[in-house]
Amino acid sequence: MSGTYLGMPAFPEAAHDAVRNTTLRANLRHATHTIRDKRARAVAELDDWARLREAGKQIKDHTLRHLEHYLVQLEESVTAAGGTVHWAADADEANRIVTRLVLATGEREVVKVKSMATQEIGLNEALEAEGVRAYETDLAELIVQLGDDRPSHILVPAIHRNRGEIRDIFREEMGSWGRPAPEGLTDTPAELAEAARLHLREKFLRAKVGVSGANFMVAETGTLVVVESEGNGRMCLTLPETLISVVGIEKIVPTWQDLEVFLQTLPRSSTAERMNPYTSTWTGTTESDGPRTFHLVLLDNGRTDTLADEVGRQALRCIRCSACLNVCPVYERAGGHAYGSVYPGPIGAILSPQLRGTQSEIDASLPYASSLCGACYEVCPVAIDIPEVLVHLRERVVEGGPVTRRGTKVTLKPARGHAAERAAMRAARWAFTHPAALAAGQRLAARTRRFHPRTVPGPGRAWTDTRDLPQVPAESFRDWWQRTDGGKEAGK
Amino acid sequence: MSSRDVILGRVRRALGGPAGPPSSYGDAIDRSYLREHGGRSVEETVELLAENLADYRAVVHRCGAAELPLLIMRLLAERGPESVLVPPGLPPEWMSAADPPRVHDRAVSTPAELDRVESVVTGCAVAIAETGTIVLDGSPDQGRRRITLIPDHHICVVRVPDQVVSSVPRALERLDPARPLTWISGPSATSDIELDRVEGVHGPRTLEVVLVSGE
Repeated sequence: MSGTYLGMPAFPEAAHDAVRNTTLRANLRHATHTIRDKRARAVAELDDWARLREAGKQIKDHTLRHLEHYLVQLEESVTAAGGTVHWAADADEANRIVTRLVLATGEREVVKVKSMATQEIGLNEALEAEGVRAYETDLAELIVQLGDDRPSHILVPAIHRNRGEIRDIFREEMGSWGRPAPEGLTDTPAELAEAARLHLREKFLRAKVGVSGANFMVAETGTLVVVESEGNGRMCLTLPETLISVVGIEKIVPTWQDLEVFLQTLPRSSTAERMNPYTSTWTGTTESDGPRTFHLVLLDNGRTDTLADEVGRQALRCIRCSACLNVCPVYERAGGHAYGSVYPGPIGAILSPQLRGTQSEIDASLPYASSLCGACYEVCPVAIDIPEVLVHLRERVVEGGPVTRRGTKVTLKPARGHAAERAAMRAARWAFTHPAALAAGQRLAARTRRFHPRTVPGPGRAWTDTRDLPQVPAESFRDWWQRTDGGKEAGK
Repeated sequence: MSSRDVILGRVRRALGGPAGPPSSYGDAIDRSYLREHGGRSVEETVELLAENLADYRAVVHRCGAAELPLLIMRLLAERGPESVLVPPGLPPEWMSAADPPRVHDRAVSTPAELDRVESVVTGCAVAIAETGTIVLDGSPDQGRRRITLIPDHHICVVRVPDQVVSSVPRALERLDPARPLTWISGPSATSDIELDRVEGVHGPRTLEVVLVSGE
């Protein structure tokens, strides 16, 4: 991944300020609860939801198991349909390819459809460095871009901003990017959307190059699919002469028919609608309709490393619906920025440390950014067992072990910050395998209970800052059992 | 080594050796989910389409084939556009009563020229009742993708019941992936500002769907 978010503090520090920001917390709470409730209703409309979810899981798992086959098939069918396929092993290579393609057109600006992949690789910054201006055209992405901000949600990236903040950003910043905001702009959503429409339309109508991601790629036909609501996607996919799509290699589905599963589960899981307002599909180029030149950049950037982890690879099933964010009690309070990655929330907590590795402080802390309540697994339309992967990654952070980095097997050292935890676990293991010592220890603990502190000193302090330690009981369970013969005798 | 080889090599190693071609994909996936939801008569399916279109704030009209030209005339008169965009293969009788001059989408017309046209009238490829979706596939009565995108007012004619299917799976069976497809469910909309839904950011702000029956 790009360095966009490197140097971020670990999750607990990053979340520290967010949980104390009452405006942010209110914005987030309102937003996540609204979508969450709507989604439950949209899902309840389909009485085969569980079967659709299982089929989605199976399709994705099958594709991952045969990824080489489907990648090659996709390349053939896209090429046969008039497109050109490029392969990018990492973010830098993808950025180089896209920059070269844009510069070759002679253009110095591109219009962009919202795309997690291009954000992941920091494409806008890379283009900027070569003198190419990239305009984000999704309303929320526009708010983020004009505000020199970062997205905080997969689906509604400006979820952390309220209408007053958005009006101020539009008034202050639109002018320096193109058409200024209308005089006397108020903070009603309709007026703000109209300002965005006017501001962006001049860019759409003159744009010669469009850049997009894709929600799905069909190996059998070479078809790419983008789902959206505003029409900015349609603008970027059809008006420019050149279209460049940057897509992660995990976005493949084998057949056209497979879309029948995901076009039912994705809209209902993400925006809680029966169907999103616009879905565009295109297969290479079409004579006299849409771009004359189409480039597909297939992006690895840590995905094959993730594939190498048998437990963790299920994260690659993700279809980026963001349902897991909206039900997560940790996301609801901490907000998306604390995750230090373009993928926030529960899915970000398992995806980012796998794509980037767990060497950095933020990535090592992400598997802990969860209460393991399991709500994310319940809502996931492709049944990713996020809690399972979180626990797996925690173990990797603490214990170290073999992982694949950039295609090569390496052995991770145990994380340093976890020495106390490891020591405690070792001690516990020893005690549990030595019953006599355990019994003696419990008795000792019971007798000295009056002197026990209510907080843990040293590395455990952070934990007890916000929680109470359980009190040691006056008598251990074993002692009670022995004394009362399993509760049969009186005086229990 | 090319990046293609690098990535494919990594995939192979990640999966522990070369995986053979997937044998009979058709049997690999449990597709016991429903082809359509609930049993409905043809009329009920059309009714559901009308309901779901309206639920997404499309304006729905119903008429017989004979009344279609007058209805289109009326819908255009209400907006009073100076000109109306029509695809090359639109049945000429649809527009036989309409007043505004017709504009055609030519290869040389720039998006800026199309931006000056207020309304567009098209047919469709298929309509999906369960989701309230119309699908355009670029056939001659629908035209290029851009003509239903730039004007602010889109009138789309759906032939019922021939062009109506119940569900997403039924729609995909009918569609040709080689064509560029546009699936439309209501007018352009955004919920990016405090999740308040606002219609019409970039696509047409008004979508009128005419369900026309009979010949």
